Amino acid sequence: MENPLEGLEPQGRIPRIGDPAPNFEAESTFGNIQLADFRGSWVVFFSHPADFTPVCTTEFLAFARRHPDFRKSNTELLGLSIDSIFAHLSWVRNIEEKFGCRIPFPVVADIDRRVALCYGMIMPGESKTETARCVFIIDPNAVIRALIYYPMTTGRNVDEILRLVTALQTSDAHMVATPANWQPGDPVIVPPPRTQEAAAERLLENYDCKDWYFCQKKL
Amino acid sequence: MACIDPDGNLTRTAELILLALRTPAGAEVVAAETDLPLFRVRAALRELERGGLLTASGDQLFQITARGIRKLEA
Repeated sequence: MENPLEGLEPQGRIPRIGDPAPNFEAESTFGNIQLADFRGSWVVFFSHPADFTPVCTTEFLAFARRHPDFRKSNTELLGLSIDSIFAHLSWVRNIEEKFGCRIPFPVVADIDRRVALCYGMIMPGESKTETARCVFIIDPNAVIRALIYYPMTTGRNVDEILRLVTALQTSDAHMVATPANWQPGDPVIVPPPRTQEAAAERLLENYDCKDWYFCQKKL
Repeated sequence: MACIDPDGNLTRTAELILLALRTPAGAEVVAAETDLPLFRVRAALRELERGGLLTASGDQLFQITARGIRKLEA
């Protein structure tokens, strides 16, 4: 049986939630770029399998259309694939020509797979030569706050990625959590009490509580 | 190099940034003056510094060099 890991160098430890996002310097469609250039902003760092492929094109169009909303949320987009800078340039120019949409964010040309391996973006069981549809949400302190991995067949939901960033920012700003399917404006979850005394007091507070551990409030 | 094209001319982004640095300024001020995203300004400042077109002081204020002025006027 073929070993899917054969020929692929060890990835080491893939960064996970709460880890520092590894810095890198690489060529991009906006010139030489470092992840550290984004400090102070949230970053949606995402990989796609290859330029000039249909699902990736739809994703780029969706990211580009939502770019103003990401920027309003102090969030920058950063793409990556294992393609050359010339392939990237040719593809983004083609998208502009064929779809009338300028790609307003940089795309890293990771032809030597250096960054992709560092971030664990290659899924050898699926492809040894292309990155999967990975998303790393990185906060202004360069800490990884969320990860999403999709297979090559399935385009991502860009609205969900924006919702995720907004939810993380809301949690940070108000020290709350967000429930399933939360949307901005919906009630948020008050963190459950961690002592008996706090649990008893919780029900006396001005929250919408089903029980001591399940309280919500409007922001 | 994203700041200088293959003919040796400054790109529009580089030109805007160098113009903003005739008085020393930090990256945030340059971003505000040029209306460029901060990450683009930081990347361009690094590149322009490597090219000797500006210098950075210890407190991260950047200033155009004589070479930068010559390039801007070329």
